[in-house]
Amino acid sequence: MALTPQDIGRIANLARLELTPSESERMLTQLNGFFDIVEQMRAVDTSGVTPLAHPVAAIQDVALRLREDVASEPNQREANQQSAPAVERGLFLVPKVIE
Amino acid sequence: MTSTALHDLGVAQLAAELRERRVSAVEAAQHFLARAQAHQNLGAYVAVNPDITLAQARAQDAAIAAGTAGPLAGVPIAHKDIFVTKGFPSTAGSKMLAGYQSPFDATVVTKLADAGAVTLGKLNCDEFAMGSANENSAVAPMGFDAPAPVRNPWATDRIPGGSSGGSAVAVAARLAPAVTGTDTGGSIRQPASFCGITGIKPTYGRASRYGMIAFASSLDQAGPMARSAEDCALLLSAMCGPDPDRDSTSLDVPAENFSAKLNDSIDGLRIGIPAEFFGEGLAPDVRAAVDGALKEYEKLGAKLVPISLPRTQLSIPVYYIIAPAEASSNLSRFDGVKFGHRAKDYTDLVDMYKKTRAEGFGDEVKRRIMIGAYVLSHGYYDAYYLQAQKIRRMIADDFQNAFKSCDVIAGPVAPTVAWKLGDHGNDPLADYLADIFTLPGSLAGLPGMSVPAGFGEGGMPVGLQLLGNYFQEARLLNAAHRLQQATDFHLRRPEGF
Repeated sequence: MALTPQDIGRIANLARLELTPSESERMLTQLNGFFDIVEQMRAVDTSGVTPLAHPVAAIQDVALRLREDVASEPNQREANQQSAPAVERGLFLVPKVIE
Repeated sequence: MTSTALHDLGVAQLAAELRERRVSAVEAAQHFLARAQAHQNLGAYVAVNPDITLAQARAQDAAIAAGTAGPLAGVPIAHKDIFVTKGFPSTAGSKMLAGYQSPFDATVVTKLADAGAVTLGKLNCDEFAMGSANENSAVAPMGFDAPAPVRNPWATDRIPGGSSGGSAVAVAARLAPAVTGTDTGGSIRQPASFCGITGIKPTYGRASRYGMIAFASSLDQAGPMARSAEDCALLLSAMCGPDPDRDSTSLDVPAENFSAKLNDSIDGLRIGIPAEFFGEGLAPDVRAAVDGALKEYEKLGAKLVPISLPRTQLSIPVYYIIAPAEASSNLSRFDGVKFGHRAKDYTDLVDMYKKTRAEGFGDEVKRRIMIGAYVLSHGYYDAYYLQAQKIRRMIADDFQNAFKSCDVIAGPVAPTVAWKLGDHGNDPLADYLADIFTLPGSLAGLPGMSVPAGFGEGGMPVGLQLLGNYFQEARLLNAAHRLQQATDFHLRRPEGF
């Protein structure tokens, strides 16, 4: 089941990536080459197998923790904003999103 | 100071010289900063900041004088530019983060500093740690105006391996006694093998991922790279330990002194030899070096036990589904809003995202984001991502089965020695396929090492991979150390360094 140019356009939109026509063409060839090697995986019988998310869960229970819902970090707005592309009066600037 | 040059000393020896005050931390830092600059044509370093380095060194000299010094007091190290650091740019090898200044240090960086280590600078790597040759870095190395290849000091027309390529080169060329790396699918072990040094990736969850710029969260692990297992043990002891408030996958396993068992006897150690690692894809020169190391182990009293890891081949598609899926999610934070690159011209918010990401990410990163977005998308999630997670458990179970009959597993790290720069240039699949021997251990989250085992084609180094069961880092380091007591491959140096 090969990907089509339309698929590439749809995925690029989901991934919020603008691709040039030549990039899209190359991407199509490379992704189809990649999914050829993925085919062997789809044939494996995995019925009854639980997906493994934290690898150490293969041998013991791994509980994901929640920490207390309290502020732990001091306010360091200036340090946090020093690498921001556009800031004004301590706020991040973005293009207008609501008309 | 003795007549041996400072850069010939390993971490253990250098730490002793510093403690005995035969050399100062400032002298050591200056020596390695000068070497980093003298050999900047290798492309290993992307940033230094002598003011910060020397201030850290002076503080360590004071701590040594005051008797409050940590185990690594004054030892200069450098960090893979995946770890965020205050005072040095943190770029992950990406144009997206060019010039990015982190407001905090990664936990691993803090822990090493607490042990007394002094930071020399940041080391080149593949963009967001995605690559097997360090050919995917978008950052200009120190002394360059544009991105340039990282060169293997054993043959400068060859790749150093990746993604921790700058890290491996810095150790091999004696530009730092030890460094940090990260391993998602082999990114510590493979460059260590290609550059003739020693590296270890601990059990997933032992080293905090806080401040390690995320690639694939269920696989990423930090580890040290140095010349010997003894030196790796010193750094790893400082790097591991729970980080419950900052990394939700950090395990509640206490820090450990990984140096304690280095000299234990390995008489009777059962070394599992997976048949699947010695098939037709393995180059004869690599096989000869690996077989030589295994013979040394037999001389030391170890027993070789045939084992099977039947899903080795499947680890390639499984890894290259899971890692890109997690990457596409992690890298969604790079949208040009709060930090990093933002496109100059755009029409609206979505257009800003798309142009920012198109400009900021390199080809390999875009490919993996595309694969990841696809396999997580509606209608494909079960067939790809969930199926891969299920086979991942089968691969982990295969290891548990194998460890019933052996204590450690040994084999090659990679099918060949380091290839020539540009050789895999237009074929990303060639890089993926070359990861075959490191991916199974990564998917299972097991600790793994690369230990210098000899030389192959073109005089290039060959590493022996050692894999242990969960939390068996000390046993791996013990096995590696005993091999290094019997061989001198880890002491060889590339000509001119």
